[in-house]
Amino acid sequence: MSRFPLAEMGLVLQSLRMSKTDFDIHYVARLARLELGSEEEETFGRQIEQIIHYVEQLQQLDVDQVQPTAHPVPLTNVTRPDEVRGSLTNEEALMNAPAKGNGLFMVPKIVE
Amino acid sequence: MDCFQTLASLRQRLLDGEITSKEVVSGFLGRIESVDSDLNALIHLDKEGALKQAQTADEALASDPDARSKPLIGLPVVVKDNIAERGQPLTCASKILSNFVAPYDSTVVSKLKSAGAVLMGRANLDEFAMGSSTENSARAITRNPWDADHIPGGSSGGSAAAVSAGLCAAAIGSDTGGSIRQPASFCGCVGLKPSYGRVSRFGLTAFASSLDQIGPLTRDVRDAATVLNVIAGHDERDSTSVPRETEDYTASLGQDIKGLKVGLPKEYFIEGLDPAVKVSIDGAVSQFQQLGAEIVEVSLPHTEYAIATYYIICTAEASANLARFDGIRYGARVDGKDPVELYAKTRGAGFGSEVKRRIILGTYVLSSGYYDAYYLRAQKVRTLIRQDFQNAFDQVDLLLTPTVAAPAFKVGEKSTDPLQMYLTDIFTISANLVGNCGLSLPCGFSQNPKLPIGLQLMGRPFEEANLLKAAYAYEQSTDWHKAFPS
Repeated sequence: MSRFPLAEMGLVLQSLRMSKTDFDIHYVARLARLELGSEEEETFGRQIEQIIHYVEQLQQLDVDQVQPTAHPVPLTNVTRPDEVRGSLTNEEALMNAPAKGNGLFMVPKIVE
Repeated sequence: MDCFQTLASLRQRLLDGEITSKEVVSGFLGRIESVDSDLNALIHLDKEGALKQAQTADEALASDPDARSKPLIGLPVVVKDNIAERGQPLTCASKILSNFVAPYDSTVVSKLKSAGAVLMGRANLDEFAMGSSTENSARAITRNPWDADHIPGGSSGGSAAAVSAGLCAAAIGSDTGGSIRQPASFCGCVGLKPSYGRVSRFGLTAFASSLDQIGPLTRDVRDAATVLNVIAGHDERDSTSVPRETEDYTASLGQDIKGLKVGLPKEYFIEGLDPAVKVSIDGAVSQFQQLGAEIVEVSLPHTEYAIATYYIICTAEASANLARFDGIRYGARVDGKDPVELYAKTRGAGFGSEVKRRIILGTYVLSSGYYDAYYLRAQKVRTLIRQDFQNAFDQVDLLLTPTVAAPAFKVGEKSTDPLQMYLTDIFTISANLVGNCGLSLPCGFSQNPKLPIGLQLMGRPFEEANLLKAAYAYEQSTDWHKAFPS
Protein backbone atom coordinates (compact mmCIF):
# COMPACT_ATOMS: atom_id res chain seq x y z
CA MET A 1 0.00 0.00 0.00
CA SER A 2 1.18 3.42 -0.90
CA ARG A 3 1.85 5.73 1.99
CA PHE A 4 0.99 8.81 -0.08
CA PRO A 5 -2.42 10.33 0.55
CA LEU A 6 -4.46 10.59 -2.63
CA ALA A 7 -4.19 14.33 -2.91
CA GLU A 8 -0.44 14.21 -2.69
CA MET A 9 -0.24 11.46 -5.29
CA GLY A 10 -2.28 13.63 -7.58
CA LEU A 11 0.28 16.36 -7.17
CA VAL A 12 3.17 14.02 -7.84
CA LEU A 13 1.46 12.72 -10.96
CA GLN A 14 0.73 16.23 -12.00
CA SER A 15 4.30 17.40 -11.67
CA LEU A 16 5.51 14.38 -13.64
CA ARG A 17 3.03 15.17 -16.35
CA MET A 18 3.94 18.84 -16.41
CA SER A 19 7.64 18.26 -16.72
CA LYS A 20 7.02 16.43 -19.97
CA THR A 21 5.24 19.50 -21.42
CA ASP A 22 2.79 17.09 -22.98
CA PHE A 23 0.57 19.72 -24.55
CA ASP A 24 -1.09 17.92 -27.44
CA ILE A 25 -2.71 20.50 -29.69
CA HIS A 26 -4.54 17.95 -31.77
CA TYR A 27 -6.24 16.51 -28.70
CA VAL A 28 -7.08 19.88 -27.12
CA ALA A 29 -8.45 21.31 -30.38
CA ARG A 30 -10.74 18.29 -30.56
CA LEU A 31 -11.96 18.97 -27.00
CA ALA A 32 -12.67 22.56 -28.09
CA ARG A 33 -14.55 21.41 -31.23
CA LEU A 34 -12.17 23.43 -33.35
CA GLU A 35 -10.91 22.10 -36.66
CA LEU A 36 -7.35 23.21 -37.41
CA GLY A 37 -5.33 22.84 -40.59
CA SER A 38 -1.98 21.07 -40.28
CA GLU A 39 -0.13 24.36 -40.69
CA GLU A 40 -2.24 25.92 -37.93
CA GLU A 41 -1.58 22.94 -35.67
CA GLU A 42 2.14 23.36 -36.18
CA THR A 43 2.25 27.16 -35.71
CA PHE A 44 -0.27 27.44 -32.88
CA GLY A 45 1.24 24.38 -31.20
CA ARG A 46 4.65 26.05 -31.09
CA GLN A 47 3.24 29.42 -29.97
CA ILE A 48 1.03 27.93 -27.26
CA GLU A 49 3.91 25.76 -25.91
CA GLN A 50 5.85 28.99 -25.54
CA ILE A 51 2.98 30.66 -23.69
CA ILE A 52 2.53 27.62 -21.42
CA HIS A 53 6.22 27.74 -20.63
CA TYR A 54 5.82 31.42 -19.74
CA VAL A 55 2.78 30.93 -17.48
CA GLU A 56 4.55 28.12 -15.62
CA GLN A 57 6.33 30.81 -13.61
CA LEU A 58 3.24 30.73 -11.36
CA GLN A 59 4.54 27.40 -10.02
CA GLN A 60 7.24 29.37 -8.16
CA LEU A 61 4.69 30.84 -5.75
CA ASP A 62 3.52 29.09 -2.61
CA VAL A 63 -0.27 29.36 -2.76
CA ASP A 64 -1.23 26.49 -0.45
CA GLN A 65 -2.90 28.78 2.09
CA VAL A 66 -4.40 31.19 -0.45
CA GLN A 67 -8.11 31.23 -1.31
CA PRO A 68 -8.87 31.53 -5.04
CA THR A 69 -10.54 34.67 -6.44
CA ALA A 70 -13.17 33.81 -9.03
CA HIS A 71 -14.68 37.24 -9.13
CA PRO A 72 -13.50 40.73 -8.14
CA VAL A 73 -16.75 41.66 -6.38
CA PRO A 74 -18.33 38.45 -5.07
CA LEU A 75 -22.10 38.66 -5.01
CA THR A 76 -24.15 35.70 -3.86
CA ASN A 77 -27.71 34.58 -4.50
CA VAL A 78 -28.44 37.30 -7.02
CA THR A 79 -32.10 37.05 -7.93
CA ARG A 80 -34.76 39.23 -9.45
CA PRO A 81 -38.55 39.04 -9.04
CA ASP A 82 -39.96 36.05 -10.89
CA GLU A 83 -42.22 38.04 -13.20
CA VAL A 84 -43.34 37.32 -16.72
CA ARG A 85 -41.91 39.88 -19.08
CA GLY A 86 -41.39 40.42 -22.78
CA SER A 87 -38.72 38.48 -24.65
CA LEU A 88 -37.58 37.99 -28.23
CA THR A 89 -40.26 36.99 -30.68
CA ASN A 90 -39.86 33.74 -32.59
CA GLU A 91 -38.89 35.77 -35.65
CA GLU A 92 -36.28 37.78 -33.75
CA ALA A 93 -34.83 34.66 -32.17
CA LEU A 94 -34.45 33.08 -35.61
CA MET A 95 -33.32 36.17 -37.52
CA ASN A 96 -29.64 35.18 -37.38
CA ALA A 97 -30.10 31.43 -37.73
CA PRO A 98 -27.95 29.79 -40.42
CA ALA A 99 -30.80 27.37 -41.22
CA LYS A 100 -34.42 27.57 -40.12
CA GLY A 101 -37.85 26.23 -41.03
CA ASN A 102 -41.32 26.11 -39.47
CA GLY A 103 -40.22 28.55 -36.80
CA LEU A 104 -37.39 26.23 -35.69
CA PHE A 105 -33.61 25.98 -35.96
CA MET A 106 -32.61 23.34 -38.51
CA VAL A 107 -29.75 21.03 -37.53
CA PRO A 108 -28.21 17.94 -39.11
CA LYS A 109 -29.71 14.59 -38.22
CA ILE A 110 -28.61 13.56 -34.74
CA VAL A 111 -30.13 10.07 -34.38
CA GLU A 112 -29.81 7.56 -37.22
CA MET B 1 -17.82 72.35 -38.27
CA ASP B 2 -14.86 71.78 -35.96
CA CYS B 3 -14.81 68.02 -35.40
CA PHE B 4 -12.35 68.23 -32.49
CA GLN B 5 -14.77 69.68 -29.98
CA THR B 6 -15.66 68.10 -26.69
CA LEU B 7 -19.13 66.81 -25.87
CA ALA B 8 -19.43 69.67 -23.39
CA SER B 9 -18.72 72.31 -26.00
CA LEU B 10 -20.99 70.75 -28.62
CA ARG B 11 -23.75 70.46 -26.05
CA GLN B 12 -23.44 74.11 -25.07
CA ARG B 13 -23.68 75.20 -28.70
CA LEU B 14 -26.68 72.94 -29.27
CA LEU B 15 -28.51 74.30 -26.23
CA ASP B 16 -27.66 77.87 -27.21
CA GLY B 17 -29.14 77.25 -30.63
CA GLU B 18 -25.88 78.06 -32.39
CA ILE B 19 -25.85 74.75 -34.21
CA THR B 20 -28.28 71.90 -34.81
CA SER B 21 -27.73 68.21 -34.18
CA LYS B 22 -28.17 67.66 -37.90
CA GLU B 23 -25.28 70.03 -38.58
CA VAL B 24 -23.15 68.32 -35.95
CA VAL B 25 -23.88 64.86 -37.34
CA SER B 26 -23.38 66.00 -40.94
CA GLY B 27 -20.05 67.51 -39.93
CA PHE B 28 -18.87 64.20 -38.47
CA LEU B 29 -20.25 62.20 -41.39
CA GLY B 30 -18.28 64.41 -43.76
CA ARG B 31 -15.13 63.92 -41.72
CA ILE B 32 -15.70 60.14 -41.68
CA GLU B 33 -16.13 60.07 -45.43
CA SER B 34 -12.92 61.97 -45.99
CA VAL B 35 -10.60 60.14 -43.60
CA ASP B 36 -11.97 56.76 -42.58
CA SER B 37 -11.22 54.92 -45.81
CA ASP B 38 -7.54 55.12 -44.78
CA LEU B 39 -8.10 54.89 -41.04
CA ASN B 40 -10.62 52.00 -40.82
CA ALA B 41 -11.87 53.06 -37.41
CA LEU B 42 -15.44 52.10 -38.22
CA ILE B 43 -16.80 48.72 -39.27
CA HIS B 44 -20.22 50.07 -40.09
CA LEU B 45 -21.59 53.57 -40.58
CA ASP B 46 -25.34 54.12 -40.13
CA LYS B 47 -25.55 57.36 -42.09
CA GLU B 48 -29.28 57.41 -42.63
CA GLY B 49 -30.06 56.34 -39.08
CA ALA B 50 -27.71 58.96 -37.66
CA LEU B 51 -29.35 61.78 -39.63
CA LYS B 52 -32.77 60.57 -38.57
CA GLN B 53 -31.77 60.45 -34.90
CA ALA B 54 -30.31 63.95 -35.29
CA GLN B 55 -33.56 65.22 -36.71
CA THR B 56 -35.49 63.66 -33.82
CA ALA B 57 -33.10 65.37 -31.40
CA ASP B 58 -33.51 68.73 -33.11
CA GLU B 59 -37.28 68.42 -32.99
CA ALA B 60 -37.20 67.45 -29.33
CA LEU B 61 -34.92 70.37 -28.50
CA ALA B 62 -37.33 72.73 -30.24
CA SER B 63 -40.54 71.42 -28.70
CA ASP B 64 -39.88 69.36 -25.57
CA PRO B 65 -38.54 71.23 -22.54
CA ASP B 66 -37.34 67.94 -20.97
CA ALA B 67 -35.07 67.24 -23.93
CA ARG B 68 -32.63 69.93 -22.81
CA SER B 69 -31.89 68.04 -19.64
CA LYS B 70 -30.84 64.89 -21.50
CA PRO B 71 -27.06 64.87 -21.11
CA LEU B 72 -26.20 63.60 -24.61
CA ILE B 73 -29.08 65.05 -26.60
CA GLY B 74 -28.13 65.28 -30.28
CA LEU B 75 -24.50 64.28 -29.69
CA PRO B 76 -22.89 61.59 -31.87
CA VAL B 77 -21.39 58.53 -30.24
CA VAL B 78 -19.76 55.47 -31.79
CA VAL B 79 -20.09 52.04 -30.15
CA LYS B 80 -17.55 49.23 -30.28
CA ASP B 81 -18.81 46.41 -32.46
CA ASN B 82 -19.07 43.91 -29.61
CA ILE B 83 -21.87 45.80 -27.82
CA ALA B 84 -25.38 45.10 -29.10
CA GLU B 85 -27.39 47.85 -30.76
CA ARG B 86 -30.78 46.67 -32.00
CA GLY B 87 -31.04 46.42 -35.79
CA GLN B 88 -27.34 47.15 -36.31
CA PRO B 89 -24.57 44.70 -37.23
CA LEU B 90 -22.79 43.05 -34.31
CA THR B 91 -19.79 41.37 -35.92
CA CYS B 92 -17.18 41.47 -33.12
CA ALA B 93 -14.81 41.88 -36.11
CA SER B 94 -15.18 38.14 -36.67
CA LYS B 95 -16.00 36.16 -39.78
CA ILE B 96 -18.27 33.94 -37.72
CA LEU B 97 -20.60 36.90 -37.04
CA SER B 98 -20.14 38.73 -40.35
CA ASN B 99 -23.90 38.75 -41.05
CA PHE B 100 -25.17 38.98 -37.48
CA VAL B 101 -27.68 41.72 -36.70
CA ALA B 102 -28.41 42.46 -33.03
CA PRO B 103 -32.01 41.63 -32.07
CA TYR B 104 -31.91 43.76 -28.92
CA ASP B 105 -30.16 46.70 -27.27
CA SER B 106 -27.44 46.24 -24.69
CA THR B 107 -28.18 48.11 -21.47
CA VAL B 108 -25.43 50.61 -22.26
CA VAL B 109 -26.95 51.34 -25.67
CA SER B 110 -30.45 51.79 -24.23
CA LYS B 111 -29.02 54.19 -21.67
CA LEU B 112 -27.23 56.15 -24.40
CA LYS B 113 -30.46 56.32 -26.39
CA SER B 114 -32.42 57.51 -23.35
CA ALA B 115 -29.79 60.21 -22.84
CA GLY B 116 -30.47 61.43 -26.37
CA ALA B 117 -27.24 60.29 -28.04
CA VAL B 118 -27.05 59.85 -31.81
CA LEU B 119 -25.55 56.42 -32.51
CA MET B 120 -23.57 56.82 -35.71
CA GLY B 121 -21.85 53.53 -36.28
CA ARG B 122 -19.87 50.57 -35.07
CA ALA B 123 -16.19 50.76 -34.17
CA ASN B 124 -13.52 48.27 -35.24
CA LEU B 125 -11.80 46.02 -32.69
CA ASP B 126 -9.59 42.98 -32.38
CA GLU B 127 -11.78 39.95 -33.07
CA PHE B 128 -13.94 39.33 -29.96
CA ALA B 129 -11.81 42.00 -28.21
CA MET B 130 -8.81 39.66 -28.17
CA GLY B 131 -5.73 41.68 -28.95
CA SER B 132 -3.76 44.81 -28.23
CA SER B 133 -3.45 46.36 -31.71
CA THR B 134 -6.71 45.97 -33.70
CA GLU B 135 -4.64 43.91 -36.16
CA ASN B 136 -6.78 40.87 -35.26
CA SER B 137 -9.88 42.33 -36.91
CA ALA B 138 -11.30 40.18 -39.70
CA ARG B 139 -12.41 43.40 -41.38
CA ALA B 140 -9.37 45.67 -41.57
CA ILE B 141 -6.45 46.96 -39.54
CA THR B 142 -7.24 50.31 -37.93
CA ARG B 143 -4.44 52.86 -38.30
CA ASN B 144 -3.20 55.25 -35.66
CA PRO B 145 -4.48 58.76 -36.53
CA TRP B 146 -1.11 60.23 -35.48
CA ASP B 147 0.92 58.00 -37.81
CA ALA B 148 -0.60 55.47 -40.18
CA ASP B 149 2.42 53.15 -39.94
CA HIS B 150 1.51 52.54 -36.29
CA ILE B 151 -1.28 50.60 -34.67
CA PRO B 152 -3.96 52.43 -32.64
CA GLY B 153 -3.77 49.89 -29.81
CA GLY B 154 -6.51 47.49 -28.96
CA SER B 155 -8.81 45.98 -28.60
CA SER B 156 -10.94 49.18 -28.65
CA GLY B 157 -8.64 50.57 -31.37
CA GLY B 158 -11.50 51.68 -33.59
CA SER B 159 -13.18 53.58 -30.74
CA ALA B 160 -9.93 55.34 -29.76
CA ALA B 161 -8.98 56.19 -33.35
CA ALA B 162 -12.49 57.51 -34.03
CA VAL B 163 -12.33 59.94 -31.10
CA SER B 164 -8.75 60.95 -31.78
CA ALA B 165 -9.33 61.56 -35.51
CA GLY B 166 -12.49 63.60 -34.90
CA LEU B 167 -14.95 61.08 -36.32
CA CYS B 168 -17.20 61.39 -33.27
CA ALA B 169 -17.42 63.25 -30.02
CA ALA B 170 -17.21 60.14 -27.85
CA ALA B 171 -17.01 56.39 -28.21
CA ILE B 172 -17.82 53.35 -26.13
CA GLY B 173 -15.28 50.57 -25.67
CA SER B 174 -14.77 47.50 -23.52
CA ASP B 175 -11.76 46.74 -21.34
CA THR B 176 -10.77 43.20 -20.35
CA GLY B 177 -7.04 43.73 -19.81
CA GLY B 178 -6.50 47.33 -20.90
CA SER B 179 -8.57 47.43 -24.08
CA ILE B 180 -9.91 50.94 -23.36
CA ARG B 181 -6.90 52.46 -21.60
CA GLN B 182 -4.14 51.18 -23.90
CA PRO B 183 -5.68 52.46 -27.18
CA ALA B 184 -6.60 55.72 -25.43
CA SER B 185 -2.93 56.04 -24.50
CA PHE B 186 -1.75 55.24 -28.05
CA CYS B 187 -4.25 57.59 -29.74
CA GLY B 188 -4.05 60.48 -27.27
CA CYS B 189 -7.52 60.47 -25.74
CA VAL B 190 -9.07 59.75 -22.36
CA GLY B 191 -10.14 56.15 -21.71
CA LEU B 192 -11.91 55.05 -18.53
CA LYS B 193 -12.32 51.49 -17.30
CA PRO B 194 -14.93 51.65 -14.56
CA SER B 195 -14.77 49.36 -11.53
CA TYR B 196 -15.97 45.84 -12.21
CA GLY B 197 -19.74 45.79 -11.79
CA ARG B 198 -20.22 49.55 -12.16
CA VAL B 199 -21.53 49.33 -15.76
CA SER B 200 -23.86 46.59 -16.97
CA ARG B 201 -22.38 43.99 -19.30
CA PHE B 202 -25.81 42.98 -20.61
CA GLY B 203 -25.51 42.91 -24.40
CA LEU B 204 -21.70 42.95 -24.40
CA THR B 205 -20.39 39.87 -26.22
CA ALA B 206 -18.65 38.09 -23.36
CA PHE B 207 -14.92 37.48 -23.70
CA ALA B 208 -13.78 37.01 -20.08
CA SER B 209 -16.78 37.58 -17.87
CA SER B 210 -14.94 38.23 -14.60
CA LEU B 211 -12.72 40.87 -16.26
CA ASP B 212 -14.82 42.61 -18.96
CA GLN B 213 -16.10 46.11 -18.31
CA ILE B 214 -17.60 48.73 -20.65
CA GLY B 215 -16.40 52.34 -20.52
CA PRO B 216 -16.04 55.63 -22.41
CA LEU B 217 -13.31 57.01 -24.68
CA THR B 218 -13.48 60.78 -24.93
CA ARG B 219 -11.54 63.92 -25.76
CA ASP B 220 -11.20 65.03 -22.14
CA VAL B 221 -11.89 64.01 -18.55
CA ARG B 222 -15.13 65.96 -18.14
CA ASP B 223 -16.63 64.15 -21.13
CA ALA B 224 -15.59 60.80 -19.65
CA ALA B 225 -17.43 61.70 -16.43
CA THR B 226 -20.49 62.80 -18.45
CA VAL B 227 -20.65 59.50 -20.34
CA LEU B 228 -20.05 57.51 -17.15
CA ASN B 229 -23.01 59.32 -15.58
CA VAL B 230 -25.14 57.99 -18.43
CA ILE B 231 -23.97 54.37 -18.54
CA ALA B 232 -23.21 53.54 -14.89
CA GLY B 233 -25.61 51.76 -12.59
CA HIS B 234 -26.98 48.49 -11.38
CA ASP B 235 -28.83 46.33 -13.90
CA GLU B 236 -30.86 43.32 -12.91
CA ARG B 237 -30.13 41.78 -16.31
CA ASP B 238 -26.43 41.51 -15.36
CA SER B 239 -26.11 39.49 -12.18
CA THR B 240 -22.52 40.72 -11.74
CA SER B 241 -23.48 44.38 -11.81
CA VAL B 242 -23.17 45.80 -8.32
CA PRO B 243 -26.27 47.15 -6.54
CA ARG B 244 -24.68 50.33 -5.36
CA GLU B 245 -25.82 53.90 -5.86
CA THR B 246 -24.20 55.91 -8.62
CA GLU B 247 -23.22 59.52 -8.10
CA ASP B 248 -22.77 62.57 -10.29
CA TYR B 249 -19.25 61.94 -11.54
CA THR B 250 -18.89 65.53 -12.76
CA ALA B 251 -19.57 66.94 -9.30
CA SER B 252 -16.01 66.53 -8.00
CA LEU B 253 -14.37 67.99 -11.11
CA GLY B 254 -12.55 71.20 -10.32
CA GLN B 255 -12.01 70.43 -6.66
CA ASP B 256 -8.40 70.77 -5.60
CA ILE B 257 -6.26 67.75 -4.91
CA LYS B 258 -4.11 69.13 -2.11
CA GLY B 259 -3.09 66.35 0.22
CA LEU B 260 -4.22 63.62 -2.14
CA LYS B 261 -1.91 60.66 -1.68
CA VAL B 262 -0.66 59.35 -5.01
CA GLY B 263 1.29 56.08 -5.03
CA LEU B 264 4.01 55.14 -7.48
CA PRO B 265 4.26 51.33 -7.59
CA LYS B 266 8.00 50.70 -7.72
CA GLU B 267 7.54 47.54 -9.82
CA TYR B 268 6.13 49.71 -12.63
CA PHE B 269 9.20 51.93 -12.84
CA ILE B 270 11.88 49.46 -13.76
CA GLU B 271 14.08 48.87 -16.81
CA GLY B 272 12.39 48.55 -20.17
CA LEU B 273 10.45 51.79 -19.95
CA ASP B 274 10.78 53.80 -23.16
CA PRO B 275 12.82 56.99 -22.45
CA ALA B 276 10.09 59.27 -23.83
CA VAL B 277 7.53 57.55 -21.60
CA LYS B 278 9.81 57.94 -18.59
CA VAL B 279 10.26 61.67 -19.23
CA SER B 280 6.50 62.18 -19.64
CA ILE B 281 5.61 60.22 -16.52
CA ASP B 282 8.28 61.99 -14.45
CA GLY B 283 6.79 65.26 -15.69
CA ALA B 284 3.32 64.15 -14.63
CA VAL B 285 4.60 63.20 -11.17
CA SER B 286 6.08 66.69 -10.70
CA GLN B 287 2.85 68.23 -11.93
CA PHE B 288 0.87 66.28 -9.33
CA GLN B 289 3.31 67.50 -6.68
CA GLN B 290 2.80 71.08 -7.81
CA LEU B 291 -0.94 70.57 -7.56
CA GLY B 292 -0.43 69.65 -3.92
CA ALA B 293 -0.56 65.86 -4.11
CA GLU B 294 1.69 63.86 -1.86
CA ILE B 295 3.76 61.31 -3.80
CA VAL B 296 4.42 58.02 -2.02
CA GLU B 297 6.33 54.99 -3.25
CA VAL B 298 4.33 51.79 -2.86
CA SER B 299 4.93 48.17 -3.77
CA LEU B 300 2.82 45.71 -5.76
CA PRO B 301 5.11 42.72 -5.28
CA HIS B 302 3.23 40.23 -7.46
CA THR B 303 3.23 42.44 -10.56
CA GLU B 304 5.58 40.11 -12.42
CA TYR B 305 3.00 37.32 -12.20
CA ALA B 306 0.08 39.40 -13.48
CA ILE B 307 0.44 38.56 -17.18
CA ALA B 308 0.67 34.81 -16.59
CA THR B 309 -2.33 34.98 -14.25
CA TYR B 310 -4.31 37.08 -16.68
CA TYR B 311 -3.67 34.91 -19.74
CA ILE B 312 -4.73 31.77 -17.88
CA ILE B 313 -7.93 33.29 -16.51
CA CYS B 314 -8.97 35.21 -19.61
CA THR B 315 -8.38 32.31 -22.00
CA ALA B 316 -10.19 29.88 -19.69
CA GLU B 317 -13.23 32.17 -19.55
CA ALA B 318 -13.01 32.85 -23.30
CA SER B 319 -12.98 29.15 -24.16
CA ALA B 320 -16.22 28.73 -22.23
CA ASN B 321 -17.88 31.93 -23.50
CA LEU B 322 -17.06 31.26 -27.14
CA ALA B 323 -18.52 27.76 -27.00
CA ARG B 324 -21.83 29.37 -27.97
CA PHE B 325 -20.52 30.03 -31.48
CA ASP B 326 -21.28 26.62 -32.89
CA GLY B 327 -23.17 27.35 -36.11
CA ILE B 328 -26.53 26.23 -34.74
CA ARG B 329 -28.51 29.26 -33.56
CA TYR B 330 -26.68 32.14 -35.19
CA GLY B 331 -23.65 33.05 -37.23
CA ALA B 332 -21.97 31.35 -40.12
CA ARG B 333 -22.30 27.57 -40.50
CA VAL B 334 -20.11 25.04 -42.30
CA ASP B 335 -21.97 21.77 -42.71
CA GLY B 336 -20.66 18.45 -41.47
CA LYS B 337 -21.85 14.88 -41.47
CA ASP B 338 -22.91 15.12 -37.83
CA PRO B 339 -23.31 17.98 -35.33
CA VAL B 340 -19.82 17.54 -33.87
CA GLU B 341 -18.19 17.82 -37.28
CA LEU B 342 -20.41 20.81 -38.03
CA TYR B 343 -19.24 22.57 -34.85
CA ALA B 344 -15.58 21.92 -35.54
CA LYS B 345 -15.72 22.98 -39.18
CA THR B 346 -17.83 26.06 -38.42
CA ARG B 347 -15.47 27.19 -35.67
CA GLY B 348 -12.36 26.35 -37.67
CA ALA B 349 -13.57 28.47 -40.59
CA GLY B 350 -15.19 31.25 -38.57
CA PHE B 351 -12.56 32.19 -35.97
CA GLY B 352 -9.27 34.00 -36.64
CA SER B 353 -5.84 32.92 -35.37
CA GLU B 354 -5.72 34.76 -32.04
CA VAL B 355 -9.20 33.59 -31.08
CA LYS B 356 -8.25 30.00 -31.93
CA ARG B 357 -5.05 30.21 -29.88
CA ARG B 358 -6.94 31.54 -26.87
CA ILE B 359 -9.72 28.95 -27.13
CA ILE B 360 -7.12 26.18 -27.24
CA LEU B 361 -5.05 27.56 -24.38
CA GLY B 362 -8.21 28.12 -22.32
CA THR B 363 -9.48 24.62 -23.02
CA TYR B 364 -6.11 23.21 -22.02
CA VAL B 365 -5.86 25.06 -18.67
CA LEU B 366 -9.37 23.92 -17.77
CA SER B 367 -8.95 20.32 -18.90
CA SER B 368 -8.91 17.38 -16.58
CA GLY B 369 -5.52 16.96 -14.90
CA TYR B 370 -4.42 20.54 -15.60
CA TYR B 371 -7.17 22.55 -13.92
CA ASP B 372 -5.48 22.68 -10.50
CA ALA B 373 -2.04 23.38 -11.87
CA TYR B 374 -3.07 26.24 -14.11
CA TYR B 375 -6.55 27.63 -13.59
CA LEU B 376 -6.97 27.17 -9.84
CA ARG B 377 -3.41 28.32 -9.22
CA ALA B 378 -4.00 31.43 -11.34
CA GLN B 379 -7.12 32.24 -9.33
CA LYS B 380 -5.04 31.97 -6.16
CA VAL B 381 -2.37 34.27 -7.55
CA ARG B 382 -5.20 36.62 -8.48
CA THR B 383 -5.94 36.79 -4.74
CA LEU B 384 -2.31 37.75 -4.05
CA ILE B 385 -2.45 40.50 -6.69
CA ARG B 386 -5.68 41.76 -5.18
CA GLN B 387 -4.11 41.84 -1.72
CA ASP B 388 -1.20 43.85 -3.15
CA PHE B 389 -3.65 46.47 -4.37
CA GLN B 390 -5.61 46.47 -1.12
CA ASN B 391 -2.39 47.09 0.79
CA ALA B 392 -1.39 49.86 -1.58
CA PHE B 393 -4.83 51.48 -1.36
CA ASP B 394 -4.54 51.42 2.44
CA GLN B 395 -1.61 53.79 2.05
CA VAL B 396 -2.64 55.94 -0.91
CA ASP B 397 -5.76 57.27 -2.65
CA LEU B 398 -4.59 56.66 -6.19
CA LEU B 399 -1.88 54.89 -8.13
CA LEU B 400 0.01 56.65 -10.91
CA THR B 401 1.77 54.63 -13.62
CA PRO B 402 2.50 54.70 -17.32
CA THR B 403 -0.42 53.18 -19.26
CA VAL B 404 1.97 51.33 -21.56
CA ALA B 405 5.76 51.05 -21.41
CA ALA B 406 6.22 52.57 -24.90
CA PRO B 407 4.28 54.58 -27.51
CA ALA B 408 2.29 52.77 -30.22
CA PHE B 409 4.31 50.13 -32.05
CA LYS B 410 4.34 49.62 -35.80
CA VAL B 411 1.80 47.64 -37.77
CA GLY B 412 3.17 44.09 -38.03
CA GLU B 413 5.85 44.62 -35.39
CA LYS B 414 4.42 42.18 -32.82
CA SER B 415 1.67 40.40 -34.72
CA THR B 416 3.73 37.27 -35.40
CA ASP B 417 4.69 36.76 -31.76
CA PRO B 418 1.65 36.46 -29.48
CA LEU B 419 3.70 36.34 -26.27
CA GLN B 420 5.46 39.65 -27.11
CA MET B 421 2.03 41.15 -27.76
CA TYR B 422 0.76 39.89 -24.38
CA LEU B 423 3.69 41.42 -22.53
CA THR B 424 2.66 44.94 -23.63
CA ASP B 425 -0.35 44.69 -21.30
CA ILE B 426 1.68 44.55 -18.08
CA PHE B 427 0.54 47.90 -16.59
CA THR B 428 -3.15 47.61 -17.40
CA ILE B 429 -4.20 44.02 -16.68
CA SER B 430 -4.02 44.15 -12.88
CA ALA B 431 -6.94 46.60 -12.68
CA ASN B 432 -9.09 43.96 -14.40
CA LEU B 433 -7.87 41.15 -12.15
CA VAL B 434 -8.52 43.30 -9.06
CA GLY B 435 -11.68 45.05 -10.29
CA ASN B 436 -10.63 48.61 -9.43
CA CYS B 437 -11.17 51.58 -11.73
CA GLY B 438 -8.47 52.95 -14.03
CA LEU B 439 -8.11 55.74 -16.53
CA SER B 440 -5.59 56.77 -19.16
CA LEU B 441 -5.13 60.38 -20.21
CA PRO B 442 -2.59 62.15 -22.40
CA CYS B 443 0.65 63.25 -20.70
CA GLY B 444 3.16 63.81 -23.51
CA PHE B 445 4.50 62.84 -26.91
CA SER B 446 7.41 60.95 -28.34
CA GLN B 447 9.49 62.62 -31.06
CA ASN B 448 10.01 61.21 -34.57
CA PRO B 449 7.42 59.98 -34.98
CA LYS B 450 5.22 62.15 -32.80
CA LEU B 451 3.00 59.72 -30.92
CA PRO B 452 0.89 60.26 -27.80
CA ILE B 453 1.92 58.94 -24.38
CA GLY B 454 -0.62 58.02 -21.74
CA LEU B 455 -0.67 58.39 -17.98
CA GLN B 456 -2.60 55.77 -16.06
CA LEU B 457 -4.35 56.59 -12.79
CA MET B 458 -6.00 53.83 -10.80
CA GLY B 459 -8.47 54.27 -7.96
CA ARG B 460 -10.09 52.08 -5.35
CA PRO B 461 -13.09 50.08 -6.52
CA PHE B 462 -16.11 52.39 -6.96
CA GLU B 463 -14.09 55.54 -6.36
CA GLU B 464 -14.46 56.81 -9.91
CA ALA B 465 -15.32 60.29 -8.62
CA ASN B 466 -11.97 60.59 -6.89
CA LEU B 467 -10.14 59.19 -9.93
CA LEU B 468 -11.84 61.65 -12.28
CA LYS B 469 -11.22 64.55 -9.92
CA ALA B 470 -7.47 63.89 -9.91
CA ALA B 471 -7.36 63.27 -13.65
CA TYR B 472 -9.25 66.51 -14.29
CA ALA B 473 -6.93 68.52 -12.04
CA TYR B 474 -3.89 67.22 -13.93
CA GLU B 475 -5.48 67.62 -17.36
CA GLN B 476 -6.57 71.20 -16.74
CA SER B 477 -3.06 72.16 -15.66
CA THR B 478 -1.54 70.83 -18.91
CA ASP B 479 -2.15 71.26 -22.66
CA TRP B 480 -1.70 67.67 -23.81
CA HIS B 481 -5.40 67.09 -24.42
CA LYS B 482 -5.56 70.09 -26.75
CA ALA B 483 -3.32 68.54 -29.41
CA PHE B 484 -4.93 66.84 -32.42
CA PRO B 485 -3.45 64.69 -35.16
CA SER B 486 -3.01 66.55 -38.44
